[in-house]
Amino acid sequence: MREITFTEAAREGLAEEMRRDPTIIVLGEGIGPRGGNFQTTLGLFALYGEERLRDTPISEAGFTGLCIGAALTGLRPIVDIMFADFGLDALGMLINQAAKLRYLSDGRLKVPLVFRGCMGGGNSSAAHHSGCYYPFFMHIPGFKVVIPATPYDAKGLLKAAIRDDDPVVFLEHRFLLNTKGPVPEEEYLIPFGQAKVAREGKDATVVAISLMVHKTLEAAERLAGEGVSVEVIDPRTLAPLDMGTILKSVQKTGRLLIVDEDYGPCGAGAEIATQVAGRALDYLDAPIRRVNLGFATMPFSPTLEKALLPNVDTIAQAVRDLLAA
Amino acid sequence: MKADKELGLALYRKMLEIRRFEEAAADSFQHGLVPGFIHTYIGEEAVATGVCAHLRQDDVVFSSHRGHGHALAKGVSAREAMAELWGRKTGCSHGRGGSMHLFAPEVGLLGSNGIVGAGIPLAAGAGYSFKLLKLDRVSVSFFGDGAVNNWSFHEGINLAAVWGLPVVFVCENNLYATQMSFAKATKEQDVYKRAANYGLPGVGVDGNDVLAIYEAAGEAVRRARAGEGPTLIECKTYRTMGHYVGDPGTGYRPKEEIAKWKARCPIERFKQKLLAEAWASAEELSQAEEQVQALIDDAVEFSRSSPWPDPAEAMTNVYAGTAEGGANA
Repeated sequence: MREITFTEAAREGLAEEMRRDPTIIVLGEGIGPRGGNFQTTLGLFALYGEERLRDTPISEAGFTGLCIGAALTGLRPIVDIMFADFGLDALGMLINQAAKLRYLSDGRLKVPLVFRGCMGGGNSSAAHHSGCYYPFFMHIPGFKVVIPATPYDAKGLLKAAIRDDDPVVFLEHRFLLNTKGPVPEEEYLIPFGQAKVAREGKDATVVAISLMVHKTLEAAERLAGEGVSVEVIDPRTLAPLDMGTILKSVQKTGRLLIVDEDYGPCGAGAEIATQVAGRALDYLDAPIRRVNLGFATMPFSPTLEKALLPNVDTIAQAVRDLLAA
Repeated sequence: MKADKELGLALYRKMLEIRRFEEAAADSFQHGLVPGFIHTYIGEEAVATGVCAHLRQDDVVFSSHRGHGHALAKGVSAREAMAELWGRKTGCSHGRGGSMHLFAPEVGLLGSNGIVGAGIPLAAGAGYSFKLLKLDRVSVSFFGDGAVNNWSFHEGINLAAVWGLPVVFVCENNLYATQMSFAKATKEQDVYKRAANYGLPGVGVDGNDVLAIYEAAGEAVRRARAGEGPTLIECKTYRTMGHYVGDPGTGYRPKEEIAKWKARCPIERFKQKLLAEAWASAEELSQAEEQVQALIDDAVEFSRSSPWPDPAEAMTNVYAGTAEGGANA
């Protein structure tokens, strides 16, 4: 199978959907002729023009709100927010409006909106261009949260997100964008709520999110050399969250680590840990562990940034600690 | 402005329906029959009435936290609106929303809103849909003076103007955002003048004169429908009651000011006009008043006899596919 990058795969998915459905529009800063800061829409402006690929002024809350109104009245808008951090200015519209309108109207309104952005640290992008933020959306009824880790998943999940009738937050890690992987040329969709076992193992279960899947796979390879067999699970969507696959793995291994490049408190890992503790405590041979971003604002200098971010060493050590417990 | 008999009576009747509805809602609230809290539209009835008189059922309205009047003017029945305030299953939002979350997509009410200003960009978005889909539908946003110093006013109106969207922005400037007087909130006291800076027409109207509003809204709706872009209409008006039912509304507003605006009651003024111009007879008006009172009495009785929502449905329709329905306006 051909190999293309994560960005190319997602863009191919977007292009297929825009060709199929004339109600799909994309709004964002620089997503028109420029093709997107992260090349999310490269080449599409020439095909679909200004009304469907609308460059916006720097009015994140405004054009997000506008897209919610458009979603209520027959379009399927995609907000391309560039850096996920910029989406925080639009959080009020997302949480108070997008997430709540289906419920408040008792199902008579729908908000088929995709809110996509680039997330993640490691590039000295500092405090306002590095955040992950997915727990904000996991916390609110109404959202779906998608965190693809491979080009294959980026395409299939983005297509599913666009066709979904609920607001979907789609977050792409900066260090995944140029990674390559096999992607079929034919159409496929990946349903939400289906985790993937990225590596099978029997000694410990590691649930890893987005880029952390790859860091954990590296750590698992290293640990294999030490005679340790690690099972790595990529949830692919955090809402809905496929607890079945995670519980099944924990029942097999008896040990759970969650690797998450976001803060620990009230985070994705906290939710997963609570569910496992509540539903599979008897299977656990050791306390659940988490590896998270250090609890400080993302700093600029590489030495400071590195000190906060999970890496292959800290992940591998966390697995060793888990097994020693 | 000339009003024919039929239109005059219809405007009068709708304003009166809103007034009587609000009085009944306040009474229900004071008797403990309406949970939560409500904001009444008493004194501002001319605005919703004059604007919505131009709208088709498939046009859409995004309303504010003071939204009962917009709902009634857009065609929500008094029964469904009142039952929603009472928290009943038969309410327009099936008891899920209450006063600040009235939804009736069937008649184009895409929601009153508990967040000040939020309806402005939402309305722009509906306009974006209508333009892209080449529909001659119009989107209307009603908001108070409290919204105009919020990001939503600037960003929503700017986007609608630069993209030429079919939207009518209606600022109901009742001079107070809760207790905050507009004079203390912003230097330039005429909101409509801001329109020039965004490059769209701005019109200032006496918000207690239903015919003036009807006229201004007619042109704004015509422009929008014809693809000529958005308009900002500022209606200077006044809520003669408090911010919410239970707020006396007097501590922060001079008694003379309240009395002055009560004397400018849009309904009474229009009634005198109808009589003076012989557009309606006293008999016709009193007949309309009786009919409206009967309608509101019926809405209250309907609410009283309506069932509560089933607790088993408290978690349905959070996501698609969890219940019947899902069609959009």
